[in-house]
Amino acid sequence: MNLSEEEKQIFCEVIADNDVSRESGAWQGEDERASPVATGASDAARETSFRLSAPKGAYNFRVNGKSVGRKSTANIDIKTKQKKSGLDIYIKPGTKNETVHIPVAISATGLKEAVYNDFYIGDNSKVTIIAGCGIYNCGDQDSVHDGIHRFYVGKNAKIKYIEKHYGFGRGGGGKILNPTTEVYLEKDSEATLELEQIKGVDSTIRKTTAELEDNAKLMVKERLFTHGRQSAESLYEINLNGKDSTADLASRSIARDLSKQTFKATIIGNNKCRGHSECDAIIMDDAAVHAIPALNAKTKDAELIHEAAIGKLASDQINKLMTLGLTKKEAESRIINGFLN
Amino acid sequence: MFEIKNISYEVSGGSRKKVLDSISLKIKGGSLIVITGTNGSGKSTLAQIIMGIKRPSEGQILLDKTDITNKTITERANFGLAFSFQQPVKLKGIKVYDLISIARGELVSEKEASKYLKQVGLNPDEYLLREINDKLSGGELKRIEIASVLARDAKIMIFDEPEAGIDLWSFENLTKVFKKLKAENRTLIIISHQDRILKIADEIIVLNDGKIKSHGTPAKILPKITGGKL
Ligand SMILES: Nc1ncnc2c1ncn2[C@@H]1O[C@H](COP(=O)(O)OP(=O)(O)OP(=O)(O)O)[C@@H](O)[C@H]1O
Ligand SMILES: [Mg+2]
Repeated sequence: MNLSEEEKQIFCEVIADNDVSRESGAWQGEDERASPVATGASDAARETSFRLSAPKGAYNFRVNGKSVGRKSTANIDIKTKQKKSGLDIYIKPGTKNETVHIPVAISATGLKEAVYNDFYIGDNSKVTIIAGCGIYNCGDQDSVHDGIHRFYVGKNAKIKYIEKHYGFGRGGGGKILNPTTEVYLEKDSEATLELEQIKGVDSTIRKTTAELEDNAKLMVKERLFTHGRQSAESLYEINLNGKDSTADLASRSIARDLSKQTFKATIIGNNKCRGHSECDAIIMDDAAVHAIPALNAKTKDAELIHEAAIGKLASDQINKLMTLGLTKKEAESRIINGFLN
Repeated sequence: MFEIKNISYEVSGGSRKKVLDSISLKIKGGSLIVITGTNGSGKSTLAQIIMGIKRPSEGQILLDKTDITNKTITERANFGLAFSFQQPVKLKGIKVYDLISIARGELVSEKEASKYLKQVGLNPDEYLLREINDKLSGGELKRIEIASVLARDAKIMIFDEPEAGIDLWSFENLTKVFKKLKAENRTLIIISHQDRILKIADEIIVLNDGKIKSHGTPAKILPKITGGKL
């Protein structure tokens, strides 16, 4: 199995730029090209080894609808779904500090797929899951990936889920990604979601829902950047069902050119709980951002807060950086990078 | 030599208002000028016009005989002007260390970045990696703002009310920094209401209602201010 340059690029973009994979050595810089990392891993991992060594822990690499490399570990079992396309991933109770990588690459123009991945996370475990999808489309047909991820997080378990989306290629075909994320949090469990889409995706509808039991905790950090004629919709529905459950949702986005974004966050407080959502958007050029916050408290003990701010790049920030010697353009990109950090 | 010629600044909000009315000033290289005056008298507006943040309705600004009236902020910064804002600017996602590096024009060593923080009385271990956001207190933001200007190592430095929000100990220290900068033959333009700063001025300019009301050495001006004659 040979990975093309573009496919390698996708994997590097979607899984390499976070701390976990850097720690685990998934990323090898360009300099290391000359000396491939020797791994005893599967074919796919070896193929990608001059830029990627096999990630530590369990993984599944998917390219154009097929699994091209997989590894389960003693505690993490990755199985192919029988009736649908996708994976069932079982994490044993008490698994600590392990990682799962499940990146997806699409390089065939006109490929449309829906993939269902279910995670069963055992009680008291603590794991990091790195997903992400990249589309390289140089043809003129749309390529579409709908990724449906469901997380069943056991009692007192903690997960961190990192998802990056990325598109490139000059063809006229669209690069379309529609992720759905469902999180079910049992008593005392915790999920941190880091969702990022900052390059090249033409159209996206992201749906994130969560159900929280007693004392469960959800944190979401979303980063969106749209440009050209791209459109992005991000819809959240968070149900705080359990006593003392908490949710904190922070979305930062930048809309440039003629792009359009919609952000809709609904937090439902069904019990004594705390929910906070924050949507902070910068509009540039002729872009448009639409933010629809909704708080739905079903008891007086539900404390729900929403903050939304939409505005242009602050001129005082640009001026400040210009007084330090940056040009206007440099100042703008510095502010954007900081904001999306 | 820095020269401001007949600078006016008009705003139109319902009725037209002259915020600055034909201000002229000559500032010798290496001197310390303090601009003072009542709230709303036009001090910040004048300082921002010098830096290029606001454009004057009329008049000219000359730096060593070069007309810089139409230069951008960036060009002025590169000519050797630096500016400390009255209201420090917050920069989400940018760390104090990043700001100092931007000011220096390169990635600086931790040691060098620390130097500027110490000058404003901030402990580098605590602040270098802090983000410049609203979790910082007003006084902390103000001191970071000043540190970023000190890091510019500029020929002409403008400080808009550096004392605002700063505790006495740090202010004491800052006054020493100003004296040192002056000893290094830099030109300092400081907007201030603070006695200690007024005292170290070579020249005090009192603004009132967009005009220069009086103008002279501390010996000449200070008794009038304290005697309530200005
Ligand atoms: N764009 C504007 N529109 C209307 N009025 C303005 C505008 N800009 C400045 N002004 C007015 O000009 C006057 C001078 O403002 P400036 O900020 O320069 O005062 P200042 O002397 O720095 O005051 P302070 O001591 O409070 O800092 C104020 O009355 C202010 O309200
Ligand atoms: Mg002022």
